[in-house]
This record gives sequence, structure tokens and C-alpha cells, in this order.
Amino acid sequence: MNRFAALIDALVFMPSRNGKIRLLVDHFASTPDPERGWALAALTGALSFREAKPAAIRQLAATRVDPELLALSYDYVGDLAETVALIWPERAERANSLPPSLDEVVEGLRTARRGQVMELVEGWLDTLGSSGDSSGRFALLKLITGALRIGVSARLAKTALAEWGRAAVPDVTVDDVEEVWHGLTPPYAELFAWLEGAAERPAVGHGAGFRPMMLSHPLEEEDRAGLDPAAYAAEWKWDGIRVQLAARDGQRRLYSRTGDDVSGAFPDIVDHMSFDAVLDGELLVARDGVVAPFNDLQQRLNRKTVTAAMLRDGPAWVRLYDILFDGDEDLRGLSFVERRARLERWYDAVRPRRMDLSPLVPFEQWDELVALREGARENGIEGLMLKRRDSAYLAGRPKGPWFKWKRGALTLDTVMMYAQRGHGKRSSFYSDYTFGVWRGEELVPVGKAYSGFTDAELVELDRWVRNHTTRRYGPVREVEPGLVLEVAFDSVHPSTRHKSGLAMRFPRIHRIRWDKPAHEADRVETLAAMVVG
Amino acid sequence: MSAALHHDRPNPDRQNPDRWIKVLPEGLYVEPGGFFIDPVRAVERAVITHGHSDHARPGNRHALATPGTLAIMRQRMGEAAGGSLQPLEYGETLRIGDVTVRLVPAGHVLGSAQVVLEHGGSRVVVSGDYKRRFDRTCAPFEPVPCDVFVTEATFGLPVFRHPPDLGEVGKLLHSMALFPERSHVVGVYALGKCQRLITLLRAAGYDRPIYLHGALEPLCALYRSLGVELGELRPATVAAKEELAGALVLAPPGAIADRWARRLADPVVAMASGWMRVRQRARQRGVELPLVISDHADWDELCRTLDDVGAPEVWVTHGREEALVHHATGRGIRACALALIGFEEEDLEEVGA
Repeated sequence: MNRFAALIDALVFMPSRNGKIRLLVDHFASTPDPERGWALAALTGALSFREAKPAAIRQLAATRVDPELLALSYDYVGDLAETVALIWPERAERANSLPPSLDEVVEGLRTARRGQVMELVEGWLDTLGSSGDSSGRFALLKLITGALRIGVSARLAKTALAEWGRAAVPDVTVDDVEEVWHGLTPPYAELFAWLEGAAERPAVGHGAGFRPMMLSHPLEEEDRAGLDPAAYAAEWKWDGIRVQLAARDGQRRLYSRTGDDVSGAFPDIVDHMSFDAVLDGELLVARDGVVAPFNDLQQRLNRKTVTAAMLRDGPAWVRLYDILFDGDEDLRGLSFVERRARLERWYDAVRPRRMDLSPLVPFEQWDELVALREGARENGIEGLMLKRRDSAYLAGRPKGPWFKWKRGALTLDTVMMYAQRGHGKRSSFYSDYTFGVWRGEELVPVGKAYSGFTDAELVELDRWVRNHTTRRYGPVREVEPGLVLEVAFDSVHPSTRHKSGLAMRFPRIHRIRWDKPAHEADRVETLAAMVVG
Repeated sequence: MSAALHHDRPNPDRQNPDRWIKVLPEGLYVEPGGFFIDPVRAVERAVITHGHSDHARPGNRHALATPGTLAIMRQRMGEAAGGSLQPLEYGETLRIGDVTVRLVPAGHVLGSAQVVLEHGGSRVVVSGDYKRRFDRTCAPFEPVPCDVFVTEATFGLPVFRHPPDLGEVGKLLHSMALFPERSHVVGVYALGKCQRLITLLRAAGYDRPIYLHGALEPLCALYRSLGVELGELRPATVAAKEELAGALVLAPPGAIADRWARRLADPVVAMASGWMRVRQRARQRGVELPLVISDHADWDELCRTLDDVGAPEVWVTHGREEALVHHATGRGIRACALALIGFEEEDLEEVGA
């Protein structure tokens, strides 16, 4: 555990990307199997322990520390693993027993019976760390809660792995690692053996593994001037979540953009994946082919399972954009135009239920698209996508081949009503604002935003909140109706959750109208008129 | 220990301190004495606990403090330190209006004091900023039994436990041994932390010259003139660029990531502060080598101090008030948060956290 803890600590404090890669390369070079493999699994998010969830950790800590003090501390630190690592009281009498190795921890967590896990964790927390050194406890808690959030992405860890591997396997790249990745499981002995030159490259046994998705850049006005309209195809950017449908070798998986497996929450899609292909599309909720507001899809996200009522009320749908594999045939090297032709042919042949093709939007000049994009206010459309006709399907976010061109935001002048302290580095600032608009003589809240302003503006907003507080409710302050916030948002939908009956999508602070009197802010009728559908 | 040692018999005339100590926009006001303690704006009469800029502000007509604090104020503010500056040695008493005032060491920085106030049969101690661990640069904190203890709470959460100082200094020396070609630049507050870190390094056996950012020099000179040994100090000027490779450089926190630091060869950026205990904090400031060295009491010291002074009532000022109020209440102490404004909880430039 010591090496792993030292690695995690060093990574947390290493500001530069190259420095992080150096630390990882050094770790892979100097740490034996299986410890380095478990470390790699932790960094790539490949480990998950059913029993040791954040809520259980919190509960455990509350048996050792006053729960109120724990809550206040968590509120301040903003990270549960760090909070518990710091607050855990060190016991003198256990300090003599040996701290566990990483292998012991992983095996312990994997094999422990239900109900025994937290007891194990408790014992480890007592033996890890002394005289105020919390790094062992921090590493343990980060490991078991899964989300490390230490500024190292899975991609960066694999990049470092490839860099380390180049000493023995010339020219190996991160994409080579990515390609073999999904056939492998922690602690990746055959992967390390390959990269050390001690074994052959592992087979690409992809199955229904995740393939890195191709992402786009936002289109800036100045970019567009330099683009040739004839070189690009346009299609709608649907307002759902990007997904990958992988059905291979009898396995079926639905992945989010970042490779998270969301199959369990969408049986109504997975049930119809009776084909052999890997597809790219947008997950939506649609009733009779009509796309529902994003809010309806939201009800179905971040769930492990789904109820019959949810399946009935929010039926899922996939609008297909692209095809990556048709059977065994890898189509990613083909151009967009060729892949699109293959996708259409495939769709005609297979006709999967609950799926359709995202239509292309024909155009000749950019002006035509400008008009279309501004006119597109109905549900489900976020804007347009521009894809170079000759672009291969590349992993990651290459600049140039794909652009997203979101429609312009709506804006509204609102009045700040409440402010709440932020988390982490913002925990001393009132940085989350609830704002409202006028209904008759009263203000009704219509949304909450915590972005869109600079650090300097945050300091001013924080000061304004402190000087205009009328009431305090824990971390929340009610303020005088005196500051107008111009809020930008993508769309507005009816909502039963808000007192105003309306909910904004993606609200953010557009401008702070220090100059504008609050009574001149907008009225709720104005917002209601912006609802579509 | 009983808190009310000095009035064993109930005193029918006793006035509860919240009747004579008030929170006004200028700060904490001691009404029967007609003075403020650490006022946030210039007033007629002020008692100053210590020289940090959020406690000692310029322009007061009369300012009373320890000789050490007055020397620091003169050094930092010159003429603006106050109309008349009146020294009061630790332990001496002074009658101001209807109040008896005594200054007692707070162990925070050189000259720092707690203000002991007696009036109407009650004793109130205003702690100012304080710590409980050993510091060669100032007199140690003395607990004074009282009826009301007004405490700071900068690190008033149980996540804040400062590890032993020498261990933290050891981390710095270890890193210097590991990267002998790189300069190590440590962000320190000009008053207190800078000089304390130097004395800690000297105690750990580091006897090479230590290089200083220009802003740190005057107070180091002042500390020396007041008898604090600091060893050989040199200015970290651009001219010294060659010498700075592999050297230890101290600078104000604001300078370590600024243009000033360009004179340093591939520096390891360190910072000495109690805030460094929280990893994400250190990381957000771009600190590679966090050193948890603080001039404030950590959570355990705050709790121990409440026990040591034994006050039945505690007022918690700047910092994380809620947690300490909760802890005190749980121990049967009447506790409340005192909403004083103007104390910059995280102004990393000046406050000796």
C-alpha cells in the first residue's frame, strides 16, 4: 500500500501533465506485479467494490467522529475520501500492526463476504498512517470509493503505460494500448508482460468492449470563415446523451461517451440490439417518434436499474449517427460519407426497433444553416453537427473533422434570491445562486447557476451577498432583491418541481447587471412564452 | 479547573459581559473602557493583539499593544501606525475607564497577546490569534481562567491537525536532498511564519544561507534586532541567479507562482501553511510540496484550550465557527459565533495561517 499511497500523493501534487507521466512511468518500472496492475486498474476506473460505497464509508466514519463535525468537515473539504482520511482518529494501540499491501486490500475487498467489508476497512484505516500522515488512508479510501479524481484520466494512465512500454516495444502508442485494453482484466499481467517485451501482444478480443468515441469541438465564428461548405456534411445535434451500442459475440452493451456501461438502465434499448455491430448514436426519450424534453431522459439517467413505470412513461430511443463495426469489419478507417452509406444500408437491412437514423441536413452555403439553426427551437435539438465528408472515425477530440454548432442561447434578466457556499476551493465563497423573476409583486425562483463568471467577479458577487444578506439558513443566505443577473440558458420546459412551474436547461450567469434596478428584471410571463412544444 | 476563580461568591452586581462588550461595525467594542480590540477601521482608541494586517490596521488615534507588536506596526506602517502608540508589557495591568486590561502571551507571532479584560466582576479573555506548540520566535501561550473566552477558529474543523513541525521541515530537507540541482521556493507569510520556519530549519541542522524575497527582509531584520537568531540570510536578487540553483528561497505566497519566481531554476514550489493539510487546496494553488506548518491552533489545540481556560461561555470569532460552537456546546459550554467582519480567513498574502 505504501508505494501506491506515495504514487497517489505525488500525483495529487504534481501540477504538470509530463510530470504525472514521469511518476507513472517510474511506478510501472519499479513496482512488481500485481501491485502495479492494481494501481493501473484504480487509475483507469476498472475497480469497483460493491460493498464499500461512499455512504458506507461515511457511516463508518460517523462511528468514530461526531456526525455533525463530520458533516461540517465534508462540506468544507468537498471530497469524502479526503475528509475521512484527515479526520480519522489515530489510535496508539493498533499502530504496531503492519499496514496491508495493495494486493491484500484488493483481494480482501473482492472476497470479503457481505457485511464484513466495512470491518476490514476499519482495521486498515487504523493501521495506515501515523503522526498525522494521512496519505495511506487517503489512498485506501480513494481506491475503494472508485472515483479517484486526482487529475489523472484513464487516458493519461494508458499514455504513460505506452511511454514506459516504448523501451521494450518500439513505437507502441496509446491507441495500441486502447485497442487491446478491452480484452484484458486487472491486474493486467499479460499487458505488462507485452510492454516489457516478455510476451506477445495480447489478442484484440474486443467482444462488446467500448471503442474510444470521436468527439467534436465547438464551432467558433472565426473557424467557420475558413471552412469550405462543400467539404462538410451537416446533421442535427440531438439533445440527449451520446452513446455507443456494442453488440458482438453475443454480448450487448450500451456505453456512455466516457465508456461507462449504462446497459442496466436501458433494457428497452438493449433488448432490441439483436445484431452484430458497433454503432454511435444519441440516446433520447421519444414517444411515437417525437423526442421528449431532456428532463424526461434525466429521470432515467444515473440509475442501475429501471422500474416498469419508468419504461412506460419514458421510453428510450436511439437516433443513430455512425457505424464503427459491421460484424467483424472495422469501418472506422473509412470516410464519413462511406460510413454513412454503410450505416444506411445496414439500417435498411436490420431495421432495429426503437432506433432510427439521424437525417442529414442538406445545404450549400453556411447562410442556409445559420437560418436553420436559429429556427430549430423544438424539443430535442441542441444545434447542428458539422462533419468533414472525408473524415475517418478517430478516437478522442481531433480538431478539424467534427464541429458542434449549438444554437444561440436564450437570455433573461433575473434577480438573485439566494446564495449558497460552493464546495472545495469555493467553499469560502457564496458561488451558487438561485434567481427568480417577477410574478406580480413577488419573485418566484426559476433556476440556479454556479458558472459563467470569472474569479474576479466571484469575489465581487461574494462580497455583495455578504453585504446584502437578509436571512441565513445554514450554508444558504437569502439576499435583498437588489442584484440583476442576466442568465443564459438553452431552453425552458414546464416543471412540477419549481414554484414557477418552469425549469431552465443549462442555465449559467451571462452577465452581472450591477447597473440594472431589480424591478426592471423580467417577468415570469416572458419566460413562459419561451417554452416550446 | 473552575472558571470563576476570581469570584467565588455570587456577585449580585455582576454584569454579563455581553452587556459591556459589543460587536459594532468597527469591531469588538469594550464599552466601559471606550476602546476597540483589533478594529477593522480607524478609531479613537484601539487595543491591538498582534501585528498581522487584518488585526493591526493603520490610523487609530491611540493604539495600545505589546512593545513587540508596536515595533512591528512601526516597521510595517511607519507614521500611519497610529497617533500615539502606548506599550504595555506582558503581565502588566492598566486601568482604562472602568476596565482593567492585561496582555498575556498568545504564542502566535512575536509580540502577540491575548487581551484580559476585567469589569463588573467578570473576566473576559480575547485570544486574538494563537497557537499552543513551541515557537522559538515568541513567548508561549498562557491559558488564563475566565468567564468568557473569545477564541479564534481559523482551523476550527477536526480535519485540521497540524503534524509535528520537525517532520514537515524534514520533508523539505528530504526533497532538497533528492533534487539538489533545483531551487526550493517556500511561500511564507512575511510576519511570523517566515522567521519561525527559519528557526525550525536551523534547529533541524540546516546551516546554509537562506535566500529571501525582498518583502521578507525588513521583518527578519526586526526579529533579529529583538534577539531572534536566524543565521545567514541573503537577498534572492536576480543577480544571485547562479547561487539560487539548489538553494532554499523564501517568498511571500503571492510571489511563488508569479513573475518574480522566474529567476529560480526549475523550482520545487512549496508552501508553509495550515491550509496545506487539505490536498485539494494545496493542489489548486499549484503547490508541489505542501508543508503543514501553522501559527494558528489546530482543532485539537482549540479544544484543549477551551478545557484549559475553563470558561463557562465561549464566543467564537473568525474562522470555522460552527464546528467549534458545536463542540463547545457538547461539553456544556455556552457558545455562540460572533459575527465579526473584516478578518480575512484566507487572505494568503498577509494572514499568518
